[in-house]
Amino acid sequence: MDALTIALVGNPNCGKTALFNQLTGARQKVANYAGVTVERKEGVFHAPSGRKVQVLDLPGTYSLEAMGPDEIITRDICLGRRPGETMPDLIVCVADATNLRLHLRFVLEVKRLGRPMILALNMMDAAKKRGIWIDTARMEAELGVKIIETIAVKAEGTAALVAHLDSNIAPHVPEVKESGDLHTDVRRILDASVVMPQRTSLIDDRLDGILLNPFLGIPILVAIMFVVFQAVFTWAAPAQDFIEASMTWLGVFVTQTLPDGLLKSFIADALIGGLGSVIVFLPQIIILFFFILILEESGYLPRAAFLLDHLMSKAGLTGRSFIPLLSSHACAIPGIMATRSIHDVRDRITTILIAPLMTCSARIPVYTLLIAAFVPERSVWGFVSLQGLVLFGMYIIGIAGGLTVSLVMSAFRHDKSEHPLIMELPSYRMPHAKNLAIGLGERAMIFMRRITGIIFTANTLLWVTTTFPGKPEGATGPAIDYSLAGMIGHLMEPIFAPIGFNWQICVALIPGLAAREVAVSAMGTVYAVSGSDDAAVADQLGHLISSQWSLATALSLMAWYVFAPQCLSTLAVIRRETNSWKMVGITAGYLFTLAYIFAFLTYQIVSRLS
Amino acid sequence: MKLTDLPAFAPAHVTGVIDTHDGDLISNRLRELGFVDGEEVRVVGRGPIGADPLLIQIGFTRFALRRSEASRVLVEKAA
Repeated sequence: MDALTIALVGNPNCGKTALFNQLTGARQKVANYAGVTVERKEGVFHAPSGRKVQVLDLPGTYSLEAMGPDEIITRDICLGRRPGETMPDLIVCVADATNLRLHLRFVLEVKRLGRPMILALNMMDAAKKRGIWIDTARMEAELGVKIIETIAVKAEGTAALVAHLDSNIAPHVPEVKESGDLHTDVRRILDASVVMPQRTSLIDDRLDGILLNPFLGIPILVAIMFVVFQAVFTWAAPAQDFIEASMTWLGVFVTQTLPDGLLKSFIADALIGGLGSVIVFLPQIIILFFFILILEESGYLPRAAFLLDHLMSKAGLTGRSFIPLLSSHACAIPGIMATRSIHDVRDRITTILIAPLMTCSARIPVYTLLIAAFVPERSVWGFVSLQGLVLFGMYIIGIAGGLTVSLVMSAFRHDKSEHPLIMELPSYRMPHAKNLAIGLGERAMIFMRRITGIIFTANTLLWVTTTFPGKPEGATGPAIDYSLAGMIGHLMEPIFAPIGFNWQICVALIPGLAAREVAVSAMGTVYAVSGSDDAAVADQLGHLISSQWSLATALSLMAWYVFAPQCLSTLAVIRRETNSWKMVGITAGYLFTLAYIFAFLTYQIVSRLS
Repeated sequence: MKLTDLPAFAPAHVTGVIDTHDGDLISNRLRELGFVDGEEVRVVGRGPIGADPLLIQIGFTRFALRRSEASRVLVEKAA
């Protein structure tokens, strides 16, 4: 049989990407809020007969009258307007069986295109659980479109759809009747074919009554965030201690067994001293993502956006900025991509500009290294870890910085017209253990790939520049002072001396532009290389800096990391999403300026106080 | 009356959505989402500050609407 190209279209959050993953075996991100998928994704699978089926997963849209960049992609592909893209052979419209009043209208709108299509009635299990009874045959007759029931989250839930795609039935082109109002048609179809005990889910009503309560809502939100950051510090400790001990053991083993020379220096200083100092943070990153994934899957995130919309609008943003900004706490890159679901151009640009200020997971190694080295390990009020509290404070500073920048931007904006919100709040869902495990596995893989990829590369380059050229004959002083990196570091030092950075930090900042964690591995390498003269095993980086740096320097470096755009990939994605180098220049310029000012103030004030 | 004036949980239905200006995209989107004549509607929650945004149940779906958006929707309380 001929190959087939299908496109999955439908309202936001109806399960298109879950269906896509189930069909193609892909692992695209799924979550429980509108606007998870913001770009076109492509996959392939082979049906039992061997037929090749190419699947396009498209961003969800409420209407073909598109309002934002994500909806425009879907509209253009449905209408065959996207350059370089052929029309799909079959449109698979996906609709959530528990949300048909809304979703069927879009199905009817797609039907009017007069293209071959079928309807995948998804989440049939959830509909049954809520006592919603659907007469599929009757609906099919009323709608005039072939209907296939699916449960996208279950392996056997797509069998009927695959069988249909595998059959030789010519794709059905629905008859287009130029009838009047789509909503009238939806009501007629629902009256004829659906019986539901009640329009809302009881669980949703109850949970929203508590979580969105005007008095309890915000305290609950703050409490959730607080628990997350406490957990990042306290739960990760045992696993971190274990990794740290393994690295020390490995370091001892290498220095004792390998003969002196370049190879030994590379393994001990660049690999164990450098990469080892970053890998320690894997447990913290896993714990952070564990919570983020649960929040995403449960449907709580749009609720948090609801609670914060008014505050955010006062700062010149919208509740819709909340999810992109929250994702930026994982990494600014997907966060900036997610702004495609913000339909107001001004809100979108503001959100993109402040996304790099949110504390991304790459800052965790930098912050926790410094916090663990300089903040005493004790508890406040008996149960709160002081270190966790300081980390929480760093997140708050990032958020407050972002809101302030947004406020300033909105004050300078001439166009004061209305900013839309209109945001759907999905049904709550119990997070799937399997999805959670897959999501965490993916994040761990991404982190390990960063370590073996960009961090390894940047760090190896750094090791080369710290090792060569070697110490000239008869020279005194440590060898690293004569290396390329040492020379660059000493050259930079005068610029950074007013903010308290020594030359080792200056050296680490340059490869640290590739990725923020590199600053930690780079300092690990610089100190390991400097210390290798006395042949002792490099001490743990944390102990080393706590004995060598002043508190003012440590705090100044933390202030620097709140603002500095030490991540080229973020700047690259800003260029792609805004299509403007000017925006990249503005972002990098304002962030470096703020970083220097705040690090300067921090250093000068703290060093005078202490 | 406007949707913003409707008391919480009072059953009502939509009578229409007004455009604040020509080609009002927000009003158009509201109509697409089901804010059309005769549709049952209820205010089921309010934001913690300034009672903004409003949580609106329409059809089988919940939407967060800012007050400026909700004030475009005209409703009639159920008798």
